[in-house]
Amino acid sequence: MTNNKANTFSIIGSMKTKSKVEKSAQVVFTTCAFFAVLAVFSITLYMIINGAPALSKVGISDILFGTVWKPTASEPFYGILYVIMTSIIGTFLSILIGVPIGLFTAIFLAEVAPKKLAGIVKPAVELLAGIPSVIYGLLGLLLLNPIMYQWELLIFKNDPDHQFTGGANLISAVIVLAIMILPTVINISESALKAVPRHLKEASLALGGSHIQTIFKVMIPAAKSGIVTAIVLGVGRAIGEAMAISLVSGSSVNMPLPFNSVRFLTTAIVSEMGYASDLHREVLFTIGLVLFLFIMIINLLLTKVLKKGEKENDK
Amino acid sequence: MTNSICRKKSRVSDYILKVLIYISASLSILLLACIVGFVFFKGIGSVNLAFLTTEPSTIKGTFGIAGNIVNTLYIIGLTLLIATPIGVGSAIYLNEYAKPGRFVRMIEFTTETLAGIPSIIFGLFGMVFFGTTLGFKYSILTGALTLTIMVLPLITRNTQEALKTVPDTYRSGALGMGATKWYLIRTILLPSAMPGIITGVILAVGRIVGESAALLFTAGSGYLLPKTAAGALNKIFESGGTLTIQLYLSMSKAKYDQAFGIAFVLLTIVLLINILTKYLAKKFDVNLKA
Repeated sequence: MTNNKANTFSIIGSMKTKSKVEKSAQVVFTTCAFFAVLAVFSITLYMIINGAPALSKVGISDILFGTVWKPTASEPFYGILYVIMTSIIGTFLSILIGVPIGLFTAIFLAEVAPKKLAGIVKPAVELLAGIPSVIYGLLGLLLLNPIMYQWELLIFKNDPDHQFTGGANLISAVIVLAIMILPTVINISESALKAVPRHLKEASLALGGSHIQTIFKVMIPAAKSGIVTAIVLGVGRAIGEAMAISLVSGSSVNMPLPFNSVRFLTTAIVSEMGYASDLHREVLFTIGLVLFLFIMIINLLLTKVLKKGEKENDK
Repeated sequence: MTNSICRKKSRVSDYILKVLIYISASLSILLLACIVGFVFFKGIGSVNLAFLTTEPSTIKGTFGIAGNIVNTLYIIGLTLLIATPIGVGSAIYLNEYAKPGRFVRMIEFTTETLAGIPSIIFGLFGMVFFGTTLGFKYSILTGALTLTIMVLPLITRNTQEALKTVPDTYRSGALGMGATKWYLIRTILLPSAMPGIITGVILAVGRIVGESAALLFTAGSGYLLPKTAAGALNKIFESGGTLTIQLYLSMSKAKYDQAFGIAFVLLTIVLLINILTKYLAKKFDVNLKA
């Protein structure tokens, strides 16, 4: 990727006078490049500095495995197990819904759709990716939640123990997340499918495989690493999304059951950071730290997948 | 074998999968149409001149987003002012100076990582680092600095892609005629890579306009217009909520008319940015072929 074939060398003496400008240019560019390293390093450092103290103050097991979240009570509890579980389960479910739809749409765009139609749909999908997340939240709040509330009334009609949420529950949040990861999954899987070498497809068709067989038995396995990348990026987007689901998912910490009002790692921070103080605030940073760890794991996974894909392509 | 080789055996699984493909595709398309259509339909009623050009007033009981529009512009301007030189410089280093090795791998890995960090984490970091440690508190400057880190990978990557498409003959040609490296970068590489850089910058604008989680705890939620020239300068040290933040606040207060009005404005901006990048990409392609 670098272009070092053209090394600077000169047989003319004027090099000396110009070398100062040259040197400083190089230093400036190197410094610029170093910014990304500096940023990641300081973000990591700050997340640990701010997130770790609460772990020792409250106790690691009390925070990570406690299920009672009462940060403002006179005898406060800071258990975030349900919050962590909500994020994991919510992300998993949204992937379960979003990835198949996204992958099938990608197949449609890359293989099935007539060129003209694909030319209209593709920019539309890109537009979907650019819509600000608060707008998804607004629509979720006004369109999804009322529907969910109807269902809730129907299902829990005779259940006196159920706390009605007005439709702000896990299912609503999962649906919003599933829609939000669609563009990521569609775009990346589509380019992966398009990058599959033509001869693989032609060989399969020549052997008598039907178009659909070719897609599912030849092209998808060949585009595997690209599709895995799409899924991993989708997971990253779903687990990190905050504003879209902060109002849609409800406002209390509960076990992540479909019709419960729940808090995600991200929405806990968004809705409580505004008024939190002291230990409560530190625990919110711990939640941030947990989220940060998840994201780092996802990032490492991603680089592994990408490297593997590169190796396969080299073969 | 009773089957003729001339007649293709139709497979049930083919039909099922084909139907699934069509259902999924129409679902995705329908979703987009519904989202855009619903926002435009609901929002257009709230948008008028007063809505766009006044600030909210509790005395008159009116609502307007002029202050938020100005804040958004401030944040876009300030962020790009800081992020563009750093991002472009970083791309130049990676593409023109760096020799493959540990340092480059580290820079590329961290740039990838930055692109993957969710905005709420940037928000937390910005709040404690720029807000508390550096003492900028809730201000447009804090927000802009936070977003700078966020859009940096976008600009770096796009510039890098653009630099890669500049033919190597340009480089050897310039160097062969005795140009220094800095001269080469300034007069040949940067102009050739300009469309790519601009695309990166426009994408960054799109990201900034749509951002909310990273700004909630950094730029705050001020909504007043600066009144004097000094006020306009001081504005960057004061809190200022962008359009998305105001949308979120209106939504939390159940003022859905306002929220849809802002959503309408945001969606229009996003649409324009989309068209602009498409246009640039096309123009860029033509340049390459010529």
